[in-house]
Amino acid sequence: MTELTSLTLAQAREKLVAKEITSVELTQSYLDAIAAANEELNAYISITGDQALAQAQKSDERLNSGNGGALEGIPLGIKDLFATRGVHTQAASHILDGFKPRYESTITQNLWDDGAVMLGKLNMDEFAMGSSNETSYYGPVKNPWQAEGSNQALVPGGSSGGSATAVAAHLCVAATATDTGGSIRQPAAFTGTVGIKPTYGRCSRWGVVAFASSLDQAGPITRDLRDSAILLKSMASLDLKDTTSVDMPVPDYESHIGKSVKGMKIGIPKEYRMDGMPEEIEALWQQGIEWYKDAGAEIVDISLPHTKYALPAYYIVAPAEASSNLARYDGVRYGLRVTGDDIKDMYEKTRAEGFGDEVIRRILIGTYVLSSGYYDAYYLRAQKVRTLIKQDFDKAYADGIDAILTPATPSSAFAIGDKEMAADPVKMFLNDIFTVTVNMAGLPAISVPAGLDSKGLPMGLQLIGKPFMEEELFQLSNVIEQAAGSFEAKKWW
Amino acid sequence: MSVDIDTVKRVAKLAHIAVDDDRAAQLQHDLNAILGFVEQLNEVDVENVLPMTSAVDITARQRTDVVTDGNKADDIIANAPASEDNYFMVPKVLE
Repeated sequence: MTELTSLTLAQAREKLVAKEITSVELTQSYLDAIAAANEELNAYISITGDQALAQAQKSDERLNSGNGGALEGIPLGIKDLFATRGVHTQAASHILDGFKPRYESTITQNLWDDGAVMLGKLNMDEFAMGSSNETSYYGPVKNPWQAEGSNQALVPGGSSGGSATAVAAHLCVAATATDTGGSIRQPAAFTGTVGIKPTYGRCSRWGVVAFASSLDQAGPITRDLRDSAILLKSMASLDLKDTTSVDMPVPDYESHIGKSVKGMKIGIPKEYRMDGMPEEIEALWQQGIEWYKDAGAEIVDISLPHTKYALPAYYIVAPAEASSNLARYDGVRYGLRVTGDDIKDMYEKTRAEGFGDEVIRRILIGTYVLSSGYYDAYYLRAQKVRTLIKQDFDKAYADGIDAILTPATPSSAFAIGDKEMAADPVKMFLNDIFTVTVNMAGLPAISVPAGLDSKGLPMGLQLIGKPFMEEELFQLSNVIEQAAGSFEAKKWW
Repeated sequence: MSVDIDTVKRVAKLAHIAVDDDRAAQLQHDLNAILGFVEQLNEVDVENVLPMTSAVDITARQRTDVVTDGNKADDIIANAPASEDNYFMVPKVLE
């Protein structure tokens, strides 16, 4: 790791503006770091070096003339789910083989408009379906963290596993990610990074490959809280091309970091105290409560009675929407085509070969729950349960709670190829038990590194906020960051 | 509720995914694990509860009904596995 790649976004921004460094130097340092590490970590599935240096050169020109944008010259990694013009965009799936969009997602366009530089496209679970980055067509990503005294390869979490590893291993300054059930927050927790899933509608979904449209929301993964605030401000916007994008001003999130939290009310939901939860996670949660007490916040015990139903309801709603969204991949308009005896045979063979096991499972579950005779029993019921989950949160906030503190994940990172999880798809789902409620209710939530467990692996705490009150999450999570400090993986790769 | 192997094959047909017998058997096992997991939703009293249609309280924006995009046939067929004269090419559908 060179000195340049150790800079946070905020630090790099300062040095670029002060002309102490150039974007070309910074970008080249990252390209060198990627070249040295990617074979081992597998975070990037497409590296756009020439394009990055050309962008960096233009950034340097703008910085020299004093016309730099908010992210001028900052090299970022982009999750493969975001459409990037002329560049690999495959949702880490075989079925989108060779797909290079002729358009740009709104979020990445916002980043380029602000002067950011793209280093390449990041690995992920196929179509964002997974919690370990093992469902990628391009193979698993390795977590830069390893347990003390062990060289066993651990997962970085998923689906934004490439984003989390690239940020934690300093293979980009920061990265874009997406979160449908926990896909930003769980990998952030597993890699000692900061991940925020904004309120549904805060960031445009236009040009982001759709998984479950009523749950999908993009956000940043960064090395610290300030970087998260900076990047989210650039990603968020009103977008007329996304009807669910909200017309609300984007606050200066950064300015809320450091504000006092005195008198703010933090809810502690008793339903998040799960049977079989490791003591270390429980202790971390208690530690978080103490930090907030010390900072002058008021701790309030609350109840979110429908919590346990969020995960089963999610595994109806998300596959149902996915089965519909993924119907478009049929070998006709883009990507893979496997020839068949007739058009139907071509569809069936293309989809059988193009989709991986996890994606096929979810398409079939979704097709089943939406099929004639089952719609009411499954999908309609799940959407009703979703209303109840949202009402639990509404009630807590109406009672004066400002934010809710929970663990981010029920464990720290586990091994690649975990046999129990491979044998039972439901085991893998349980990774998202603390994060999925938030997607079901459309709320914003952030995962912040809060400590290391006895194996020396990072663990995160999650703060859940009120709709469109991301600025309060930045204000509040600063308490955790200040108390816990930051965590760096020891370089072994 | 659980699914039998014929249901798995029927659903795969609906989803346009070819599955052979081995794969159907594996999928039957996986699908039943998931359906068993979601069964607990039956415990919830959803009487008089409205299904969620939007996670966030927003009203759909309206706009003037005018053409805002188009004339980009080249872009649209650019990624097609087979195309000719701005048409997507597929195996013969009608004899």
